[in-house]
Amino acid sequence: MKRILRINLSNYTHEVEERDLDEWIGGVGLATQILKSELKPNVDPLSEDNIIVFAVGPFTPAYPFASKTIAMFKSPLTGNLGESHAGGRSAVTIANAGYDAIIIEGRSDRPVYLVIDNERVYFRDAGVLWGIEDSLIVGRIIAERESGRGIRTIMRIGGAGERLVRYACVTTETYRHFGRLGLGAVFGSKKLKAIVIIGKGSKSIKDLKSYWSVYNEIFKKAVETEVMKKYHLIGTSINIKPLNKIKALPTRNLSSPSFEYAEEISGEALAEHVLGRRVACSHCPTACIHIAALRLPYEEEPYFYRTLMISYDYELIYALGTMLGIGDRVGLLRLIHSVESMGLDAISTGVCLAWATEALKKGLISEKDTLIKLEFGDYENYIKAVKYIVGQPNDFYKSLSEGVENASEKYGGKEFALAFGGNEMPGYHTGPGAHIGYTIGLRHSHLDGAGYSIDQKGAYDPKTLVDILIKEEKWRQVLSSLVVCFFARGIYTPELVSRAFKALGYEYSVEDLEKIGEKIYNEKLRLKVNLGFDIEKIRIPKRVFEVETPHGYIKKEYIAEAISYFKEKVKKIVQES
Amino acid sequence: MKRLAIKDIEKCVGCGLCVFACSRRPGNARIGNEYSGILAVSLSGFERGATIIFCRACVDPPCARVCPTGALKPREGGGVVYNEDLCIGCGNCIDVCTIRAIFRRNNGKISVCVHCGYCVSYCPHGVLTFEEVNIV
Repeated sequence: MKRILRINLSNYTHEVEERDLDEWIGGVGLATQILKSELKPNVDPLSEDNIIVFAVGPFTPAYPFASKTIAMFKSPLTGNLGESHAGGRSAVTIANAGYDAIIIEGRSDRPVYLVIDNERVYFRDAGVLWGIEDSLIVGRIIAERESGRGIRTIMRIGGAGERLVRYACVTTETYRHFGRLGLGAVFGSKKLKAIVIIGKGSKSIKDLKSYWSVYNEIFKKAVETEVMKKYHLIGTSINIKPLNKIKALPTRNLSSPSFEYAEEISGEALAEHVLGRRVACSHCPTACIHIAALRLPYEEEPYFYRTLMISYDYELIYALGTMLGIGDRVGLLRLIHSVESMGLDAISTGVCLAWATEALKKGLISEKDTLIKLEFGDYENYIKAVKYIVGQPNDFYKSLSEGVENASEKYGGKEFALAFGGNEMPGYHTGPGAHIGYTIGLRHSHLDGAGYSIDQKGAYDPKTLVDILIKEEKWRQVLSSLVVCFFARGIYTPELVSRAFKALGYEYSVEDLEKIGEKIYNEKLRLKVNLGFDIEKIRIPKRVFEVETPHGYIKKEYIAEAISYFKEKVKKIVQES
Repeated sequence: MKRLAIKDIEKCVGCGLCVFACSRRPGNARIGNEYSGILAVSLSGFERGATIIFCRACVDPPCARVCPTGALKPREGGGVVYNEDLCIGCGNCIDVCTIRAIFRRNNGKISVCVHCGYCVSYCPHGVLTFEEVNIV
């Protein structure tokens, strides 16, 4: 039985219910079922009818790396299915508080923040916090006011969420995010500034000896083998140099696949010059969170400095660095910091600004719209533009705050508006796998089917490529139902997952797991179709075809064949239900 | 007598693997955090890093002095031995511990580090050590 906490913000009530949803494992599988039965397809994502589901899985907190919380909701950015994963302490805390899922419904009349302390739920007035734009400050204030140090998570929004920027994120533990698809705006629309969850609890172990043995196996693989090394040492930013070298690093709104200053902002350079600290999500031995210590002088005041601690990753360096032509390390970090503090999704923000820069250059918009001269490399002005996206002082920024799909609809320049299914593009121009992956992936994310990785392994015919992408996406439904971090996918093989389950008293064969992955994938796809997803209507930006990839220029016929093959699959899956 | 000690606190990443090790260790055999005698915290947010809190093995432990039932007794080599059966959940020990290294379980009783050293081999970054301490 799944234990679910339901919180209604319209009438400030809560209840705990038990539902027989065990066959869906947890995480994505569980949240999909809850949305399927409770979310009406046509609701406005920013109305009180939208619901948010947070779900964790049966490996939390039993095993390392099962540290992701899955959030599912209707996305205000795409108008379709929203799904976003965050680490920090969130998953471990929800599990320790005794819940498999938390549902947030309704909308408060006035700003509130929630405190969930195991069984108890408090609705706290957030009138004083509303209007504080810096999510770091919001976190600090709540941390000092509330109890539960070390056993809590503090999810909060910054100014972007309050102002309903459609790609606002929810930040947890300062540096982790429900980044993509606009959960922050859904929080803002519900007048929900933050959720504090305090979790203390424990459960017994079915088969102690097997549990210890599987645990030790996972731990040893994590710390003694090479499998996590990439994330452990330089971090995800280790990808900047190799992707630049193979000419797959989208630069200046993907007008080029490589960046002349890539070395300057590579993971290696950041580690050498600014890496100040590393921290970890709860129950993760890897500690991939890389934080730069940036010491900045106050120009006007001698011997007066501030030191900012700024978390960086590959996608941020891409979206706010190469896409905006910023090769200055300090400038890039300052821009990342402004995006972090406002509570914006970094990828969407970077892609939106890159489009705006090109649109300005091409004369589709003028400086009357942008208020400042947006120019590739000019980080000072981009820092100002971030504030404009949040503050929305005119129609243009209002439009840009609704995403690049929306802005280009209004101002033109669709051919270089880099979004798939309404979601701004991640940082890989590796070949057809990446772009078909963004198109058919159920989150329109590089993490759905990992097309960027498939591209780097070989070349395939369109149908085979789609098959490989979907096979990977199906298996990842198992991982994200167990809420295991995808970075640990090399450790969590189907065979190991099966044994890890057994020690906890569940019987799943490798075959069972693969079937469940497929089942969850199919359910999610049907939910997406129900919410209006139509593969025929998905736009692939023309720019993608104009810039060479490591596989050469992507051919339209190739993409068309892949899409039509996928369309048949969708049809079949929808008919099955 | 050996005890749990800090080798380099600056290396703590706040992962809490020690917390889960303590829950899981022989004697506790639980999944979760409530039986853990060690706590991983951030330093007013992860901007300032992380640390761990656990019993520092006082030679004359105040927690044992204020325990009315003898559930906590001084341990040879510092720290305390905890007899759960005798604990009435008064919380005197929690209040008196200057570094707040005694934790309340959901049933009102307490969790405290017993210096068994089980967590040390699960600290991925060499923050913890299990060592002989000479008490003067």
